[in-house]
Amino acid sequence: MSFVKLSASALAIAAVSATTAAARDQVQVAGSSTVLPYASIVAEAFGENFDFPTPVVESGGSSAGLKRFCEGVGENTIDVANASRKIREKEIKACADAGVTDIIEVQIGYDGIVFASDINGNSFAFTPDDWYKALSAQVVVDGQLVDNPYKTWDQVNPNFPAQPIAAFVPGTKHGTREVFEDKVILAGCEHTGDFDAYLAAAEGDSDKAKKKAAEKACIALRTDGVSVDIDGDYTETLARIDSNKDGIGVFGLAFYENNTDKLQVATMSDVVPSTESIATGEYPVSRPLFFYVKKAHIGVIPGLKEFAEFFVADEIAGPDGPLAEYGLVSDPELIKVQEAVANETVLGGGS
Amino acid sequence: MTDISQSPGASSAAKPKGSLFDKDARTKRRNAAEGRFKLYGIAAIGIGLLMLIVLVTNIVTAGTGAFQQSFLELNVELKEDKLDKKGNRNIEDIKKVSTFGYAPLIASALESEVQKLGIQTDLKPKEMGKILSKAAQAELRNYVIANPDEIGKTVSFRFLVNSRVDGYMKGRVTRESIANDKSISVAQLDVVDQLRDSGVLYKAFNPDFIFGSDASDQRPEAAGIGVSMLGSLFMMFVVLALALPIGVAASIYLEEFAPQNRLTDIIEVNISNLAAVPSIVFGILGLAVFINYMHLPTSAPLVGGLVLTLMTLPTIIISTRASLKAVPPSIRDAALGVGASKMQSVFHHVLPLAAPGILTGTIIGLAQALGETAPLLLIGMVGFIASNPPDGIVAGFLSPNSAMPAQIYEWSKRADPAFYERAWGGIIILLIFLVTMNTIAVILRRRFERRW
Repeated sequence: MSFVKLSASALAIAAVSATTAAARDQVQVAGSSTVLPYASIVAEAFGENFDFPTPVVESGGSSAGLKRFCEGVGENTIDVANASRKIREKEIKACADAGVTDIIEVQIGYDGIVFASDINGNSFAFTPDDWYKALSAQVVVDGQLVDNPYKTWDQVNPNFPAQPIAAFVPGTKHGTREVFEDKVILAGCEHTGDFDAYLAAAEGDSDKAKKKAAEKACIALRTDGVSVDIDGDYTETLARIDSNKDGIGVFGLAFYENNTDKLQVATMSDVVPSTESIATGEYPVSRPLFFYVKKAHIGVIPGLKEFAEFFVADEIAGPDGPLAEYGLVSDPELIKVQEAVANETVLGGGS
Repeated sequence: MTDISQSPGASSAAKPKGSLFDKDARTKRRNAAEGRFKLYGIAAIGIGLLMLIVLVTNIVTAGTGAFQQSFLELNVELKEDKLDKKGNRNIEDIKKVSTFGYAPLIASALESEVQKLGIQTDLKPKEMGKILSKAAQAELRNYVIANPDEIGKTVSFRFLVNSRVDGYMKGRVTRESIANDKSISVAQLDVVDQLRDSGVLYKAFNPDFIFGSDASDQRPEAAGIGVSMLGSLFMMFVVLALALPIGVAASIYLEEFAPQNRLTDIIEVNISNLAAVPSIVFGILGLAVFINYMHLPTSAPLVGGLVLTLMTLPTIIISTRASLKAVPPSIRDAALGVGASKMQSVFHHVLPLAAPGILTGTIIGLAQALGETAPLLLIGMVGFIASNPPDGIVAGFLSPNSAMPAQIYEWSKRADPAFYERAWGGIIILLIFLVTMNTIAVILRRRFERRW
């Protein structure tokens, strides 16, 4: 018995020590759950068509992915971070502090953000103003900035039915949240003219600081349970709408298109979201999708550059490629992106 | 005298006071309370059983669909001008044709099949090709690369069909529900109906679900749980190889050799505490120690196994100590009495008698580890991983892989409802594993455990 044990432990220790020397031969990707389906489609096709192993794609959200990306350079860090928003200055700095200086930014295309509710419920035609009024923590009523008093949609906009407001919005770790705040809530805040009230109430040393404070106050969502942050994936939002038929959720276009039997989509400023209306820019709530590549890993991790080039190749990310078929709005300037990847152009203008 | 004959005589004859056959109000109350308690117990068990039945029927009804898949039989002409333009059968040249190059081949094969069967449709070949799964292109390309001599011939294939078409065959998708769906049209379903009637499109058992690998969001019909099953298997090897010897050695020392003092008390308390630590904590520890400090590969079953070992160790130690304790001291005393050393008495007598209990504890610990997802999230084993089975034992431990519960979790997050069905199917397979392991544990205990 003791011999068996000894040999088993010895084997295990040998296995552990042997692996420290083994090199990684597949690309590691992590980040935005919006980009995940696209990245996995590319990874699968990459594994099929190249002699490199299929890359590993994990999700977890844009911020989480970029955080892991910025942990440092080396085989135990990821090579590519997917993001549904641009990398922030703060993150570039964090990256640089950890030794990740040369980052290649690749824009793969655009993704629409849609507002959808239960298929058998009421239909909605939203404008950013409606969403701002329904969800902002404070709104202007009779010239006064007060805590959001609205409970039903008809109080927000008389054209809407008297349905209780219940919104399922992406949590703050999702890149989608930032786009939602910028293109919907802030846009509504500015358009309704409430922004001036915020500006008057804002504190700050300079005009710039005041403006920033006002913007921040604008996009602060109410916390009285009417707006629910969803930190999970769109399937969780869908399940919430399933159990609360009055709920309206924020989804990616691709997710909606896969679940048209359960969801109906609301128009935004009278435009129906579709790949076409997003490509032309008519539909206002869209955002570019990115992935970031660690230049230091090119040449070290086999297949990394080939993967990046394959991702933005015409046959993949072009208007007729599988990504567009799944719901990605392809980038009209894909050629420029392809060039940038081929030349390994890094952020910050350096080469 | 008169008092005596008068008072007790009459009453006691009519009603003997305090008879056991006679229930007074208090006894009735107590009996009623007992009856009620029994009812509560039966109700509790009934609710539990009902929940179990609801759960199992739910799982079975939602998941059995995943074991069946719709297939389309098709004769594909492997056109030489498309696949091998130079005609020299050079494998490198053939490999240059990507999977996208195979799509027109499949579409035209389907078109000629539709014409042959006399199906009327206005669909263009490309639209018609969308009835089939995207995995068909990869399957065809793999076949051509493996058999370059077949180029120029017509070969018969059995392809998977698109997940929407499969859903239509299974009744999940209806003509009404696809009204807003861009991935499929009613015209395509008309073709599907006629293909089904002529027998080339049919539902069949799909072994690839059990043995195959994960697939991307665009082809849920091709996804299988096989590769992540291997990932789970390799993790269990690691857990078994590490947790069993370490756990047993630790508990033998603590139980048989260690002096009883403050230090061993602290160790004991902490082992019990460790058993109650949430598993995600072990995941964070694994990320910090095994990946960031020891530089082991991410997403590898080896790391997953190490993390799960940490999680399983307390369970194994506690159950091993319990079964060592259950061996009566007379056995040890007898062994020592005939001149055996302490170690001989433990390894020759106590340990064999405790073995069934130890094995039971180990199997239950393994079953617990098999169903664990949370720690795997942090070490990169959840996501789109491993589309190919590992090509060797070392690769099995080191190349990225997922695990069964992680795969189920991943599927349940994806957009296409077809993945939801597969998640339930995966649960069925996982449950079969768990039930089997627990049954083995029960049988071992029944068969070999000795009671004193």
